Amino acid sequence: MNSVLQVRDVAKSFGGIHAVNGVSFDVREGEILGLIGPNGSGKSTLFNCILGQLTPTAGEVRIDGKPITGKRPCELNRLGVGRTFQLLQVFPQLTVRENLVLAGQEHQGSMWSRLIGRRDAGQGAAADRMIEFFRLSKLAEEKAGALSYGQQKLLDVAMAFMAGPRLVLLDEPAGGVNPTMLSGLRERLREINAKDHATFVVIEHNMEFVMSLCTRILVLAEGRIIAEGTPEQVRGNPAVIEAYLGG
Amino acid sequence: MKKALLALFLVILVAVPFFLKPYGLYLISLWVVMTIAAIGLNLTLGYAGQISLAQGSFVGIGAYTAAILTTHGWPLWSAFLLAIAISLVIGWVLGYPALRVQHHYLAFVTLSFATLVYLVMRNEEWLTKGVYGISGIPRPELFGWSTRGAVEFYFFCLGVLALVSAATWWLVRSPWGRAFTALRENSIRANSLGVDTRRYTLMAFAIGSALGGISGVLYAPLLQFIEPNAFALGLSLSLLLMVMVGGSGYFMGPFLGAAVSVLLPEWTRFTGNLYLIYYALGVMALMAFCPTGLLGLGERVFKR
Repeated sequence: MNSVLQVRDVAKSFGGIHAVNGVSFDVREGEILGLIGPNGSGKSTLFNCILGQLTPTAGEVRIDGKPITGKRPCELNRLGVGRTFQLLQVFPQLTVRENLVLAGQEHQGSMWSRLIGRRDAGQGAAADRMIEFFRLSKLAEEKAGALSYGQQKLLDVAMAFMAGPRLVLLDEPAGGVNPTMLSGLRERLREINAKDHATFVVIEHNMEFVMSLCTRILVLAEGRIIAEGTPEQVRGNPAVIEAYLGG
Repeated sequence: MKKALLALFLVILVAVPFFLKPYGLYLISLWVVMTIAAIGLNLTLGYAGQISLAQGSFVGIGAYTAAILTTHGWPLWSAFLLAIAISLVIGWVLGYPALRVQHHYLAFVTLSFATLVYLVMRNEEWLTKGVYGISGIPRPELFGWSTRGAVEFYFFCLGVLALVSAATWWLVRSPWGRAFTALRENSIRANSLGVDTRRYTLMAFAIGSALGGISGVLYAPLLQFIEPNAFALGLSLSLLLMVMVGGSGYFMGPFLGAAVSVLLPEWTRFTGNLYLIYYALGVMALMAFCPTGLLGLGERVFKR
């Protein structure tokens, strides 16, 4: 299988703290890779290094074999890479529908076509499909800020898929979402994965969610990968239990 | 309801000059001119969230462009073209600091720029005649229709305001407007969704500044005399006040804010010598209790 994303020896230090300390891994096309680890193990910093929010101190990131180090997040979006953030990030003053249209409007066409062209930039139908797919139809014209936390979280995830990305990095999609909504979210992610062959990397603390969703799991502790394998292999690994429970 | 209000507003705008004395006509024309500059700042600040304390400088740049060109026999439309071009370019460049700093840091950068422009207007006498100012600025003639009279010139300004409003309405409802809002609310998230935040920030500055320039091109023939102090920091601050008081990020905000800033002080004159103090207290109370401005206040009351 082809690897969509290659991370090679990526490191990131803040002063004397080595948040990410030489991490290498491949993400294969079509897989759902879980990234777990205790708080402060460097998961989110690693995401930020991969996606251009932070510049790694060392190492290289490649997408389809092409280096992307130094590219801005908006350029990565156009290469088909999407993400969500750990803290919820929707645009509260825009409606649900407008949030989705915005999330899809920039990845094709020119600036000028977006000025003189259609108001929904041709994204209206796609936004409506996404609203239906994530069961947000009743809320489509509400301002995103008026939604409940769980609903905003769904919208947040839905936005990451508007540009039809091949690779999506999800930072704690399950955080603060109630169990019913969570199983819905899991189904939606599985469907997109199966239907569009989209590849996911998921950071998550909810073990049940990770174990049931992911096909492969990486465990990070103190900025390094300490284990890798299927959910079953990782669950029984003594090093993992040590990292979570030990000092 | 909204349509009825808009229609009433338009009728008043067309009818009102026939009931006013010269000073009233001057004030309402000034309101139109300031509204255009405030619409520009509302785009930069209200929609795209980039603070600028230099909008008055762009009014100055536009005004000096018009004054210098028209007193040398050039037609006013050439001043429009040149002022828009100059303001777009300078506004674009002024946007670069906004890529690095935000909020009050950005305010100070734009403040320095405003001071710089003021110094150029005051000291470069070969170009601007310095503190003596430029007088005898002619009013334009359009297809044989002279705007020398106060009523005619008011309608000329109103026509420009109509064009500016229509263009801005289109802009804020296009995908650009949505991207500006996203930039204001969360630029990091916007960037991760493919919004080229760098380019949109520069565009917000350039377009907002260009509207400041247009406003200045009307300001010069309105007063027919300009001097540097008119475009000192005070004007930038009052434009900022207009945007905040009217309702930052509301389309009609600048119209209302400019009215409060230009017309209201005159209407409170009946209180005698203290009128500016009452006016200032009113503005302070509004900002303390309703930072979203008059339109934000209206929305809150209306929804209840």
